[in-house]
Amino acid sequence: MSLRTSRPLMAATLVATLALSPAALAQDEGVERDYQIPLPEAPEGEVTFQAPHERDLPDNQYGDMVRKGRDLFVNTQSLRGEYVYNEQNCANCHLDAGRLANSAPMWASFGVYPAYRGKNDKVNTLSERIQGCFTYSMNGTPPPTGSEPLVAMQTYLHWMSTGAPINESLPGRGYPKLEATEQGADRARGAEVYAAQCAVCHGDEGQGQTVGERQVFPPLWGDGAYNWGAGMHRVNTAANFIKANMPLGKPYSLTDQQAWDVAAFINGHERPQDPRRRTLETLEETDATFHNHHGFYGDEIDGRRLGDHADFGESPRPLDG
Amino acid sequence: MTIIRIASGVGLLLGLASVQASAQASGQAQPLEGDAERGQQAAGVCVACHQADGMGMDNPNGESWPRLAGLPAAYIEKQLHDIKAGRRESATMMPFANMLDDQQIADVSAYYAEMAAWPTLPTAYQPADPEDAAEWLANRGDWAEDSMIPACNQCHGPNGQGVGDVFPPLAGQHAGYLEAQLEAWRDGSRHNDPNQLMAGVAERLDEAQIAMIADYYATLPMALAERDAPSSEEDAQ
Repeated sequence: MSLRTSRPLMAATLVATLALSPAALAQDEGVERDYQIPLPEAPEGEVTFQAPHERDLPDNQYGDMVRKGRDLFVNTQSLRGEYVYNEQNCANCHLDAGRLANSAPMWASFGVYPAYRGKNDKVNTLSERIQGCFTYSMNGTPPPTGSEPLVAMQTYLHWMSTGAPINESLPGRGYPKLEATEQGADRARGAEVYAAQCAVCHGDEGQGQTVGERQVFPPLWGDGAYNWGAGMHRVNTAANFIKANMPLGKPYSLTDQQAWDVAAFINGHERPQDPRRRTLETLEETDATFHNHHGFYGDEIDGRRLGDHADFGESPRPLDG
Repeated sequence: MTIIRIASGVGLLLGLASVQASAQASGQAQPLEGDAERGQQAAGVCVACHQADGMGMDNPNGESWPRLAGLPAAYIEKQLHDIKAGRRESATMMPFANMLDDQQIADVSAYYAEMAAWPTLPTAYQPADPEDAAEWLANRGDWAEDSMIPACNQCHGPNGQGVGDVFPPLAGQHAGYLEAQLEAWRDGSRHNDPNQLMAGVAERLDEAQIAMIADYYATLPMALAERDAPSSEEDAQ
């Protein structure tokens, strides 16, 4: 069920609401489209790439733009209410300010874009890829192409990738892929893992923790979390991230089974609506078109159907906006 | 929410975090209400080291006594229970902790928690200076492959002022005490941290980093006050 025929209505609305390029429209109507194809996996092998150190940043306009991008990457909340409408920062899921291998480091992303992405069925520039993070992971609205926030972040990524090869997938890119386990991913087992390993930081209700206005531990579900369109809502993506990066400071300490289970538990909770729901008539259509992957969108859990709501979190745009 | 926090604190105390829900359901492990006035009576034995004002003392040539005033009550309470139970070995503290029953522990914890507020430090984002190794470790960590040390502030909060009842404030604590605790985690004599979150980090810190970061946090409130003093004057103009 991974192949879907796109509809003209949907494509047109997508372009209007998600700022996609007209290239998507130019493609033949009725062509089979796969919205689920991920980028090819990173190659195995030793991580050898070394990102430059910030102490070597030049004191010029380029260096200043890198610093601005770094600040936005670490403290993305500075764009709250403008482009960010949840409580996340880029560095929550890209540890060490986007530098850490196997934590989806930016130095390994920079050179693989432009790339075809099944998610929106077109070739994405790096700029568009970052905009996608704002739409989904930040439950926000993308900074316009060429705007300072976007230029600053791209410049930060560019500097971090100094010396990295272009158009070559590097070891350490993305999150290492976990093999499926015989027992599958189980929310009930995951609840126990969560209570024992995660709640101390992320809270009993996944609400995260703040000090004053400052987010310290990000929310994992609810309005402050990534929305139903973000990559992290997929159980496999979350399991991969968790295994290699969580609990913080204890990478690879959970068993594969624990990582799968706790990912299922976390992502079996409600979160802001998938923005693409605005482009389609029903939850069923949205589920069938965009959610043919390992996730709980549209599934009934504890007597309630996940994603069956018009709650877009703090995002100011209504369902038909 | 308060009830949930207290319940989960007790759960951690008993090492039963994973079954806290069942403990709550069966009504076990009700937290004791601490009373600061009773706590003052029970704290008579504490003042010799922790001082009448609860500020403790840094002793560069001996054992430093931590500041207690303003620490979260649940944190103090857990530490006292852990010392009694040997999860936090302390030859100095053990006899005193053993003199206190559960109610007295709750009471002295409330007493010191209410004695003075822990310094509130700025929470606004400030980029770390890449030339300042201590500031970098505190704000950005040391993610080299053989270190994998998260930034201290990632758990202890902005400027290390503490997060909730579990992650204690570091800024404004005595350097000698902070250093001794990091050493205690390394040699295993302190093993009362949730999920060994701190033990692993402490093991991967080197001696120079430990001395450096202890000094950084001990002096941070003063350093921040100096840094912000001129700009606040400017703001006033």
